[in-house]
Amino acid sequence: MGAGMGLLFVSTGLIGGMSTVFTSVWSYFSRAPFFQEGRFVSSRRWRLVYAAALVGGAFIWLACCGEPFVTGVPAWRLVVGGFIAGFGARLSNGCTAGHGICGMASLQPASILSVLIFLATAMVTARVVAAFG
Amino acid sequence: MNGRALVFVAICGALFGFGLALSTMVKPEVVLAFLLWRDMGLLLVLGGAVAVTFAAYHLVPRFIHKPWSGESFGTHPSEMSARTLAGAAIFGIGWGLTGVCPGPAIAGLGVGNWPLLLSLAGLAAGGFVQGFFFAPESP
Repeated sequence: MGAGMGLLFVSTGLIGGMSTVFTSVWSYFSRAPFFQEGRFVSSRRWRLVYAAALVGGAFIWLACCGEPFVTGVPAWRLVVGGFIAGFGARLSNGCTAGHGICGMASLQPASILSVLIFLATAMVTARVVAAFG
Repeated sequence: MNGRALVFVAICGALFGFGLALSTMVKPEVVLAFLLWRDMGLLLVLGGAVAVTFAAYHLVPRFIHKPWSGESFGTHPSEMSARTLAGAAIFGIGWGLTGVCPGPAIAGLGVGNWPLLLSLAGLAAGGFVQGFFFAPESP
């Protein structure tokens, strides 16, 4: 993972966070001003290629060395958790990849603090769900 | 962006996706076990990824002036704001509920983890609601 992020920077100068694709892809469909901001329109193509390549890379792993895997996490948790995580990551401008890898690797205080915060809320949530779920 | 740069993007995305699969990040169960402190292996994964990326971000620009394919090395400043931190807290709640964050949600499809399509739909909907209703003031 670090090799992918690092090489992306060395070869193209890009910072390879993941969650922005969930905003930039909407620039194809929605005329809302936020989605049409230059930083999303100009990056939407490479972000889609990047996302598709992510699937491809995982498939290569499956083909060479791994077993298929299907999660047993209930559907409602996948949808609701995905929605909350998507909203939060975009509000925060970063997810585990953006803040966690890119932000921490560039020693940005706001990213490091964000990582500590989302690790804490995620651990509390996981514990609450494990207790009641 | 030229075609050559897009090829690099594809190679790097594939490396990242391969890493996510190899490191078991594509299995929400493993991520949840980490969040419940039952299996701390992912801390090593995060640490390793940060270390390698750190080396690339900080050392490489000392030796070459611009990327192989591109104009300049980018930066992506994180803003220290209530918005960033509140978003991080909300993101953590969603992550803790599913064990799925954006990278693995996408890469997981490559190992046949099709229920992650539900997560992807959720993530995309969350991104839409944020951008449509809670967009920051234009810079």
